[in-house]
Amino acid sequence: MHLTLAFLTGTGLLWSAIGFGILFGFLLHRGGVTDFDIIVRLFQFRDFTVIKVMMTAIAVGGVGIALLHGQDLAKYHIKDLNLLAVGLGAAIFGVGMVLLGYCPGTGLAAIATGRLDALAGLAGMMVGGIAYALSFDWIAANVLPVGAYGKVRLPELLGQPEWVCYAGLIAMAAGIFALVHKAEAKK
Amino acid sequence: MKNPRWNPYLVGALIGLLSILTFSIVNKPLGMSTGLAQASGACAMPFLGADKVASNTYWAKTAIPTWDYSTLFLVGTVIGAFLSALLCGAFKFTADSTVWTESFGPSKTKRLIAAFLGGVIILYGARLADGCTSGHGISGCLQLAASGWLFFIVMFASGILTAKLLYGRSTQA
Repeated sequence: MHLTLAFLTGTGLLWSAIGFGILFGFLLHRGGVTDFDIIVRLFQFRDFTVIKVMMTAIAVGGVGIALLHGQDLAKYHIKDLNLLAVGLGAAIFGVGMVLLGYCPGTGLAAIATGRLDALAGLAGMMVGGIAYALSFDWIAANVLPVGAYGKVRLPELLGQPEWVCYAGLIAMAAGIFALVHKAEAKK
Repeated sequence: MKNPRWNPYLVGALIGLLSILTFSIVNKPLGMSTGLAQASGACAMPFLGADKVASNTYWAKTAIPTWDYSTLFLVGTVIGAFLSALLCGAFKFTADSTVWTESFGPSKTKRLIAAFLGGVIILYGARLADGCTSGHGISGCLQLAASGWLFFIVMFASGILTAKLLYGRSTQA
């Protein structure tokens, strides 16, 4: 067994969930991403707050966790690449996100700032969750197995070393930020 | 009221640091929609009965309706956003937003019904994809997971198309 830093268990783990959640919710609100207009305008290329927050989080978190993983201090949690389920789910998700104006996390945070539409969205999410659970056996038999490649990471997929992929990630983030600033300067 | 918003790069970097902490200290990635699916199991109990929920494959194995790390993280998120809003005086009951009103008018009923439908659609999609903007979009992408990047790209493309269809008229403003 590897030594990891994960020393919290039992009640401590549960309290840490609330603590980490508080930090996350606080940051989402301070980042401005609990706002319907800011989220929807991303998809119209009129506001780039969401992409700035997400790409920075991915670059900083990515490099940090890769360094810890290299020292066996953190484990990866890779989700299965089920081509049909992830592709179709993401397409459905995009429709829902633009209609609702929030994603699941920012929606919950938005409720806590008084957004009643986000509250209606949460009620809808409960119905969506129930619908998925009730259709799960059929989905598991017919959708999840289509194009199921397991826990694939980009370094394997692209046949490149880890560091090249992380360098590519940072270059991509920098490129996106440069494009975004150009677009913002035009306004 | 002064502008309570922080620089988005700073917020992104802090969310990245938060991910590093949760990955290392508690061995958990950031994620939202599993907890919401667990909550939906709890909501289903009065309608479907506890037996039906307990015998459902999905609620029995993947999204067990109980207080655990994932569901308590949701509670924390609500508390955190509430504290932030209170501290800067931004808490306000409202359902208004500029983009929506430009396209669909000021009707609150219309907005709430659309938000409800959006909620149904978004969580179904999130569960089918096995993650949302946080689970796939942040946690997946930062680990260079192929599933995370597939989700991010398809979600973005679908969102652009949907925004054009729904709010196309308001983009001129």
